[in-house]
Amino acid sequence: MASEVERTFKVDYLARVEGEGRVYVKMRNGRIERVEVGIFEPPRFFEAFLRGRKYLEVPDITARICGICPIAYIMSSSRAFEKLFGIELTEELKTLRRIIYLGEWIESHMLHIAMLHAPDFLGCHSIIEIARKHPQFAKDSLLVKAWGNKVIEVIGGRSVHPVSCRVGGFHRIIKREQLLGLLKKIYDVKNAAKRILEFVLQLPIPDFKRDIEFMSLKGDKEYPILEGRVVSNKGIDVPEDEFEKVVEVQQVPYSNALRYRVKGRGTYVTGPIARFNLNYKLLLPEVREVVEAYGYKAPLTNTYQSIIARAAEVYQAVLELEELILSYREPSQPYIEGEVREGWSAAITEAPRGMLYHAYRVDSEGYVVDANIIPPTAQNLAAMEEDIKAQEEVLWREPYEKAKLLVQQTIRNYDPCISCSVHTVKVIIEKQHS
Amino acid sequence: MKKLRIAVYKFASCDGCQLQLLNLEDELLDLVEHVEFAMFYEASSDVKPGPYDVAFIEGAVSTPEEEEIVRKAREESKIVVAIGACATAGGIQALRNWANVEEYKKYVYPNPEWIKALEKAHPISDYIKVDYEIRGCPVSKEQLSFFIRQLLIGKKPTLPVDSVCMECKMKGNVCLMVTKGIPCLGPVTMAGCGAICPSYGRGCYGCYGPMIDPKPRALAQAFVKMMGLSKRDVALLFKSFTGWSKPFREVVDEYGK
Repeated sequence: MASEVERTFKVDYLARVEGEGRVYVKMRNGRIERVEVGIFEPPRFFEAFLRGRKYLEVPDITARICGICPIAYIMSSSRAFEKLFGIELTEELKTLRRIIYLGEWIESHMLHIAMLHAPDFLGCHSIIEIARKHPQFAKDSLLVKAWGNKVIEVIGGRSVHPVSCRVGGFHRIIKREQLLGLLKKIYDVKNAAKRILEFVLQLPIPDFKRDIEFMSLKGDKEYPILEGRVVSNKGIDVPEDEFEKVVEVQQVPYSNALRYRVKGRGTYVTGPIARFNLNYKLLLPEVREVVEAYGYKAPLTNTYQSIIARAAEVYQAVLELEELILSYREPSQPYIEGEVREGWSAAITEAPRGMLYHAYRVDSEGYVVDANIIPPTAQNLAAMEEDIKAQEEVLWREPYEKAKLLVQQTIRNYDPCISCSVHTVKVIIEKQHS
Repeated sequence: MKKLRIAVYKFASCDGCQLQLLNLEDELLDLVEHVEFAMFYEASSDVKPGPYDVAFIEGAVSTPEEEEIVRKAREESKIVVAIGACATAGGIQALRNWANVEEYKKYVYPNPEWIKALEKAHPISDYIKVDYEIRGCPVSKEQLSFFIRQLLIGKKPTLPVDSVCMECKMKGNVCLMVTKGIPCLGPVTMAGCGAICPSYGRGCYGCYGPMIDPKPRALAQAFVKMMGLSKRDVALLFKSFTGWSKPFREVVDEYGK
């Protein structure tokens, strides 16, 4: 080991992430010289071809940015148009939106927790291996994940790219008895979600800490999902329309990446860990009790602990869904219409992976003139690299294979959705000091 | 019995079709008793080399690298199955096929010169022989599961051939076009989804692509003459997830001028 002067970690095709990415880290004499989190997911040009489309088509089109979180895209775009056209949803319609969105949080989080992330902590390659070693956890995970998908399916017709949502609400009224059918399994699902959280709280979590700016929506009375102010632990507190004023798109030389940073400050982290930290009091007491019983509470400052925030949100979502479904009243009309007019509007909702920003300019007939979409993974990319840099010492000290795994795990901590981040084609950072 | 070796390839896409494999939650652990996901990057970091019995290919070919990989996929797989609207028809990113990709690069990226993208987004069949096409945006997980199970018992897999209209009738739905004047692509779109859009009160948007021998131009004419749609909106209706499929493309080209 003493003779080692150079160490390179190169993973050409990251496994267990959504989409196609690679990572490259070069170290010399114990120092990181270069970190690249590259994304070779092909560019898909959504903003470009949204121009000329009618506002009503936008939610379904942008949903195709991501098969794992289509509802997030549907909701951010729908809300942007609703604000512009003066559409105010009834409480019943808002509840229905929260229900379907929580369903998405569950399926997306469970995909990540059990199938993509847990294998890292358990020394496995996949959920199939986990099923042999930890059958109860695997069984619970598949049950809860399936239930999340079922919630979406009942309201949306199918779980990937649901069809019932539209600007102003839904295409048809969703009957109460359809939703009540979901509660048949609720007892098992609640218990499974709790066991999953407890399992996750006992995972061996690598020690790591750095000073991180967390950013998320801030809920008023409820844990944030469909709306809220944009806040951070370092003093940001602005309405969603001003999001582009607090963050900046950054380019480094020799890179064509769009990376986001807090203006004049640095990288930030969005996603479950940020929501958890900034809205801890809004989690249900039952959820906080479990978390605290294992010695954790907000703020979590180690991004390896994001899996805890994710599992806490799953349990929260299941408990909340039971209440929301029980108290659901059918809306008197499936959707609200507004007055189509020319203008610009923006909205943020909390996708499973963090803040999803959509902004549109439309003409007087409601056809899109300009579009800008900022997905959570694009916001987190720069932070992933910061995390790798901050682990310099351990990445040099640990045996090579273990260190290489840590590099990959660091990226998976963010549940990166590379399909979403197609704006961000390649990121290269050169270490600044000589 | 030897396990069926499956490889999952991904090109330009949203991940939603391969996700449907993981969404087979209830049967996943039983399924892996009979199949081996030898290459499935999203699900496992244990990636084994070919040859494979079956390749499921998601996504459209849209970069120079992907042109190479898709040919390799054919070489190392006995059966090639294109899954979803992107792989079978170019998908949503094929909307750029009507535009200038250079202008698109400039619109989305500050440094367009670094972006490598083909002029067009292509269905897999533009490059290699495709043995089966499973349609949909996304594919239905039931159809995917049924397809695999047919292969497992050595049966030649069958897939739907009718239109969404047939599924609607079988479900007992009332026709949205006739009763509510809602434009619907059901009469020309391949079945397989279970007519979910009409069941949820909206017209079909054609995400399973054209059925066998469709008559989309006749339908387009009806949208204009009987339902009063503008030519622009008719073109938009056909120009979506499977708009680059030949039958729908003809309507787009005729109405979208």
